[in-house]
Amino acid sequence: MSWEVIGIWLGALLSLCLYSFLYKDNPFYKFAEHLFVGMSAGYWVIYAIMNVLVPNWWQKLVPLEGGFQPIWLVPGVLSLFMLFRLIPKLAGLSRLSLALIVGTGAGISITAMLQTRALAQVNGTIIALGQGGGWFDWVSNIIMVTGVVCGLVYFFFSKSHTGVFGGAANVGITLLMVAFGASFGYTVMARISLLIGQTQFLLFEWLPTMGIHL
Amino acid sequence: MRLVIPLMITFVAGMIMILQFFVPATQPMGDNLQEWYMIVSSAAIFLGAANLITVHVHKIRFKARNWKYSPITLIGFAVMIITGLVFGIEADLPFDYLFQQMVAPMAATMFSLLAFFVASAAFRAFRASNWRASLLLVSAFVVMLGRVPIGSMIWNKIPIISEWIMQYPNMAGQRAVMIGAAMGMIATSLRMIFGIERSYLGGAD
Repeated sequence: MSWEVIGIWLGALLSLCLYSFLYKDNPFYKFAEHLFVGMSAGYWVIYAIMNVLVPNWWQKLVPLEGGFQPIWLVPGVLSLFMLFRLIPKLAGLSRLSLALIVGTGAGISITAMLQTRALAQVNGTIIALGQGGGWFDWVSNIIMVTGVVCGLVYFFFSKSHTGVFGGAANVGITLLMVAFGASFGYTVMARISLLIGQTQFLLFEWLPTMGIHL
Repeated sequence: MRLVIPLMITFVAGMIMILQFFVPATQPMGDNLQEWYMIVSSAAIFLGAANLITVHVHKIRFKARNWKYSPITLIGFAVMIITGLVFGIEADLPFDYLFQQMVAPMAATMFSLLAFFVASAAFRAFRASNWRASLLLVSAFVVMLGRVPIGSMIWNKIPIISEWIMQYPNMAGQRAVMIGAAMGMIATSLRMIFGIERSYLGGAD
């Protein structure tokens, strides 16, 4: 039996264990669930070591071409402080690491959010109404611009939703309902495509290992 | 007093990151800080792993509910760590094999299980109680139909309508949410940098 076949069997049996939850909670599901949690955690720890710490920290602290860069001890020490959260007496030191993470993260997010989530989206919304040519594009573009403006009005709570403002907020919530419905449908279909993928794996990769060809 | 140093670090780090965007001379400092950020935040995963081990060892020690499954979690964790550290993470080595053959199928199965739960939750929660709820229902239904072959078999315009819903009303709604959320995040980030928002420091005064 090759390693490939063993791998297919492992994947198939664990998938079946997880699918058994559709009947009811049972020991097979619990086994696979606990294994998944442990292996995923192990995977992410190794991922952090090999893809973040080794190239971004260790290779800069002790470069391959020789020498020692003491400045890179600072993030190392701050990382260590982070783990002190587990020791109640030293937990206060973890605040220093947390402060660096929060400060840098906040600074990055201000410019990134402003660029990608605010300005780029506004830029994408300011479109020539007749762009595309026909009357249908006109209507579509009006829906787009009106939807964004009215949606933003709906999220503005500093003024009561009455009069013209209330009317705009009503249009906003209507378009938001369509958007939420569409997002829901899209998410369901993404999950269904995963289900189809796993079913195909079981039918066309696992069953043939037992000589069953569909 | 014990908050002063963390608040100063937050302020300086936040200001450097904002300044490096506008003042090119501060960019090297910003780049270095960004790398420090990556290194220190990756330490959080070790904190999570340590917590996972503590919780499961505690469950085994005190024979808490379902404690018999805790060794499975610990063994799974240990196996991934050992194979990763001993053999490395390159393709076709044991760590990659375990990921491809065990973790990836389990992750796909877990997420595909959600298809059933989302569908059953929707069946219970979706009620066409008013015209807006009906609109949500219809839009979800059309988008779902537009993404399967049966949709175009019923009416060949369904995929086009589904695409239009995704491109215009959905995009408009998503953009409104995105812009609103961005404004909220910017405001919260400024509050953190200027020390008004301190809850992340554990609520100490």
